[in-house]
Amino acid sequence: MHVYEHSVLLDESKCTGCTTCLKHCPTEAIRIRDGHAVINPDRCIDCGECIRVCQNKAKKAVCGKLADINRFKYKIALPAPTLYGQFDNLDSVDYVLSGLLKLGFDDVYEVSKSAELVSAYTRMYLNTEGIVKPVISSACPVVLRLISLRFPSLSEHVIHMLPPMEIAARAAKERALRKNPELSPEDIGAFFISPCPAKASYVKNGFGSYNSAVDGVISISDIYFPLIGLMKKTDSPEVASESGRIGIGWARSGGEATAIFNDSYLAADGIDNIIHVLDQVENGNIPPLDFIELNACTGGCVGGVLTIQNPFIAKARLQTLRKYLPIAQNTVDSDVEYIPESYLFEDMPEYHPMSRLGKTIAESMRMMADIQRIKAELPGIDCGSCGAPNCRAFAEDIVNGNATENDCPIKAFRLNSRKEN
Amino acid sequence: MSEELIFRFNVDGDDFTSAGQASVQVKKNLRQLGIDAETIRRVSVAMYEGEINMVIHAGGGVAEVRVTDEYIEIVLDDHGPGIKNIEEAMKAGFSTAPDTIRSLGFGAGMGLPNMKRYTDEMHITSTVGVGTKIVMRVNI
Repeated sequence: MHVYEHSVLLDESKCTGCTTCLKHCPTEAIRIRDGHAVINPDRCIDCGECIRVCQNKAKKAVCGKLADINRFKYKIALPAPTLYGQFDNLDSVDYVLSGLLKLGFDDVYEVSKSAELVSAYTRMYLNTEGIVKPVISSACPVVLRLISLRFPSLSEHVIHMLPPMEIAARAAKERALRKNPELSPEDIGAFFISPCPAKASYVKNGFGSYNSAVDGVISISDIYFPLIGLMKKTDSPEVASESGRIGIGWARSGGEATAIFNDSYLAADGIDNIIHVLDQVENGNIPPLDFIELNACTGGCVGGVLTIQNPFIAKARLQTLRKYLPIAQNTVDSDVEYIPESYLFEDMPEYHPMSRLGKTIAESMRMMADIQRIKAELPGIDCGSCGAPNCRAFAEDIVNGNATENDCPIKAFRLNSRKEN
Repeated sequence: MSEELIFRFNVDGDDFTSAGQASVQVKKNLRQLGIDAETIRRVSVAMYEGEINMVIHAGGGVAEVRVTDEYIEIVLDDHGPGIKNIEEAMKAGFSTAPDTIRSLGFGAGMGLPNMKRYTDEMHITSTVGVGTKIVMRVNI
């Protein structure tokens, strides 16, 4: 069986076994066992909430290191537009791109450039007859995983468009081969400069039957200090940015949605908000909409856990950067009628219900009856002392054989004090 | 029929913002039971509409979901004003919701018709001044 490789890991030596991450995990994937957190890989959606909230820095994202690029003869950087919002007093994206070249990359290909094409093709897609609306964006990998684990009935709403990162990787490699005919495809490595661990998981695992064209993911936070030292103000930067407002706008929530040039959209960000929106879409309880943009991080990609800046400050900086840019610098010719095959993925991953209790409905029903019975006898204060995020999850753990009723210290305490009286 | 599983919820009539919570919880539970996605969606939509109705018209009530190996039954019980003419209430677009509710985007007169549409069976019993009981079934 295919094992999903995650990008959020725990450093046991730093974990104190506190209940902070336990309480914040949106899919209840974490338990505290033997004094430290344990992440259930079947439930984890790589959203990075636990990295964000951990006071002890015990949760970390597994990304590549800058040195990894040396595996390849020809190295390409694919910066996410979020990167541009990390620097103080930056007046041109060109300095960031030139800095990346100085870091050791042979070429830089902006993901925002591809984002503008994805937006253009999305507009085309929305005008196609017979599509299921609202169309849900496929750009945030956490949303994709959430839908395939928890909202399978919404799969048909997801646009089968590859995220800009993938389009950029392919286009960058084609450009490299054109410019350097002596290279073979194996010589070229494309590295995404990422605001979030979920992108690293996407690259490692692919999506459905699609294999990522990206060769490695390096976090913005890892690259930030080496890069900032190499960014110089100059009149003749080595590379010129090829992105407009639309492309750079993708870094924040609403950027992708406003680029459909149509008011019939919803853009939600923050993991709890997107779960709520998906619940409402599933119930048909939203106004008729063409497009839904969902970002797991607050503020959109600028809120990714691997960034340096506060998302709102980064957003304000991007606004300044975008101010004098054209709407878009990458467009689709007006005579193009179809979205190219190379922009599309074929299938959603197989539905793996993450929470099914038993093998059959009958078995699950018996187990749920047990859960209800056990839960009714628990204190109901959801303290997390047993290692589960709440009493309900604890009752489930007992029924699944992963905990015993004695693990509840409150219950044990009450029993003891009753005996003493 | 061997066993049945019952989920019971008090639907709070004062709190418009929390309406819909019971249907979200039911959805979670049914997912854990391994019920197929389409059935879950039907139950969830019917339940959500019923819940909203109880909040808008009846000041809340009790919602009960029974799961057996053959069907899922939703029983909504309230002590609201009752429905004068059930046949009329079932017509798409018919609504007695006050303007304040309509201004929130509810009260389009699609609640009951949707509940019927998404379930395999639906029975309403109602007495004016006493309350309304709606029983819906979705076959598994």
